[in-house]
Amino acid sequence: MSRLPEVGEVLDGFRIEERIHAGGLGVIYRVSGPEVGFPIIMKIPRLGHGEPGESVVTFEVERMVLGGLKGPHVPRLVAVGDIAAVPYLVMEYVAGQSLKDWVERAPIPAEEVARLGAALATAVHSLHMQEAIHLDLKPSNVIVRPGGEAVLIDFGLAHHAHFPDLLAEEFRHPVGSAPYISPEQVRGIRNDPRSDIFSIGVTLYELATGRLPHGSPQTLSGLRKRLFRDPVPPRGIVRSVPEWLQEVILRCLEPEPDRRFGSAAQLAFDLTHPDQVAVTERGRRQRTSGLPVLFRRWFRAHVLEPTELTLPSEHLASAPILLVAIATRHTNEAFFQSMRDVVKRLLALEEKTRLACITVIRPLPEVGSPKEEEVATSQRIKQLVQLRHWAEPLQLPADRISFHVLEAGEPADALLEYARANNVDHIVIGAPPADRSLKGLINTVSTKVAARAPCTVTVVRPPRSG
Amino acid sequence: MKLALLADVHSNLEALTACLDHAAEQGAERHAFVGDLVGYGADPVAVLEIVESHLERGAIVVQGNHDAATVDGNTTDMNQAAAEAIEWTRNQVSQRHREMLSGLPLLLRAEASVFVHGSAAAPEKWTYVSDPMRAANSLQAAASSYVFCGHVHEPVLYYTGASARPVSFRPVPEKPIPVSPHRRWLAVVGSVGQPRDGKTAACYAMFDTGKSALTFYRVPYDWAAAARKIRSAGLPERLAHRLERGE
Repeated sequence: MSRLPEVGEVLDGFRIEERIHAGGLGVIYRVSGPEVGFPIIMKIPRLGHGEPGESVVTFEVERMVLGGLKGPHVPRLVAVGDIAAVPYLVMEYVAGQSLKDWVERAPIPAEEVARLGAALATAVHSLHMQEAIHLDLKPSNVIVRPGGEAVLIDFGLAHHAHFPDLLAEEFRHPVGSAPYISPEQVRGIRNDPRSDIFSIGVTLYELATGRLPHGSPQTLSGLRKRLFRDPVPPRGIVRSVPEWLQEVILRCLEPEPDRRFGSAAQLAFDLTHPDQVAVTERGRRQRTSGLPVLFRRWFRAHVLEPTELTLPSEHLASAPILLVAIATRHTNEAFFQSMRDVVKRLLALEEKTRLACITVIRPLPEVGSPKEEEVATSQRIKQLVQLRHWAEPLQLPADRISFHVLEAGEPADALLEYARANNVDHIVIGAPPADRSLKGLINTVSTKVAARAPCTVTVVRPPRSG
Repeated sequence: MKLALLADVHSNLEALTACLDHAAEQGAERHAFVGDLVGYGADPVAVLEIVESHLERGAIVVQGNHDAATVDGNTTDMNQAAAEAIEWTRNQVSQRHREMLSGLPLLLRAEASVFVHGSAAAPEKWTYVSDPMRAANSLQAAASSYVFCGHVHEPVLYYTGASARPVSFRPVPEKPIPVSPHRRWLAVVGSVGQPRDGKTAACYAMFDTGKSALTFYRVPYDWAAAARKIRSAGLPERLAHRLERGE
């Protein structure tokens, strides 16, 4: 069964143009065929005698999962071949550069690690939102489009909560790439989206240091070490890795999923706002954890049963990003208090919520006379002070809150752009004055934000005084 | 071809019509009733009339344990409420309907599918296919790609590949599941007339044979009316109450 086609052959209307990859589990061809508006490839698994049974299952899994996904972060599926005849997948050829190319140059500068990591985390978040978990994230499975957007490929080991997990049955031993899989995957758990966050952490570690945090173990006992051991801190390998980046990387690599980022969106948020990362002992650490920590993790890994998990989307709902837009020029304490009350109620719902406090001011001159620059800096600081003052009664720990002064001519556009870029789940904004005419309302910041936001918006109106 | 799979209707007219209307909107071309048309509920006659008309148009209908008990009056394996309901049902249905129920096969085979109320391994034993082992037995006896059954009242999909032991999956409503015929699948399609998984909505599934895709659905229906009829018929209170709770 399953003779591989020759160049020039036509299969179900697709002409084989060129073999571009031949791996252990399958072969990839560039093909031409019906016009779909983008270049396409055909993936054919190696099946039949002498070939690993794994390639049949991973083919089925990829077909199933890719069929359930959409958006710019996955290749578009064009056609599927009958598994009983010639099994194949025809999908979008993603133009860009493999993340592997950067790993080969590692260590690379922190800014580049953060930029690539944020793109990767954003792509992974989009996957999790669609109830899927990749479970085989590694540099060779990530393509960076020329515009900087990351695309995830190879879904042969993925899990999708809407479909039966064919791999759960087939392989009792852990599957995936040894250097990258999470401790839970080593234990055979396949439905925790935070496993992908661990794998992103391995990739970030590799980009920042040129090394793998847990090496490339060949045995199960070697794999199991990551259940309780933590890696050498990146700054112990490359001195120039900033503390904030080490904080982020080691948080991804926490052996216990609960200690990692609550969502890939929150990870992307930290990577795009290095100045807002709350650096803890983790970021400053010089060496690996001591015996008591190892023992606690060992106990958890070997004695405690894993907890029952829900759908990936329910996971994400427990760790949302909340944006509150504060118009600092209004100094109406009653209004500020109403905003705080609403935010407090929303924060109380989920303890992993991240709050981004934002104000928008007119653009300040980038370069000018020393006097002008000094004025600009003090302006920005003044705004930050006001934001912090507003947030102080909320008493949030530093790793759950951040402050941002955006400079823009049009505040609504700036807020919307920010919400989109950072996968914000909920915006809280003050209402325009109640005495506005309907026509006048259309031009207010909150109306524009509410009308065009990519997420839910709460418009706050203070109680009428007197 | 889109085949609507309906199990455990249990004389619940409101749930059955809601599911049939829903299936029609989804483009159902054929229907399969996998047992327990009657019992528990207050509308055996109306339900049997609907099923009879489907039967005349070529629907697949197999017998369930409540259908068999309605024919022969044997309720030895039933709890008291179920037995009382059978006794009541026997007094409602006509001779013609009794003959229809008595003539139903225990198992039907159509192309790559087997339809049975309990297990294909021993249909007359009314086995609850409620774990992977029993699913394996049923699949093995059926020797087909698909087994569609009921009796358990909770929607579950079992599937096997290379290894013999099937794995269970709780289907997500309205999400089509690719069910490739080279594997073997056993679907407990859930109950139309008496859901027991804590949700009141009626449950059925649709098999798209051309696309090899199986979709489970939950259909809200007027369970208050169904419960009211059970009470006014003088049937056990527990049977009305469980429709209100989905238990």
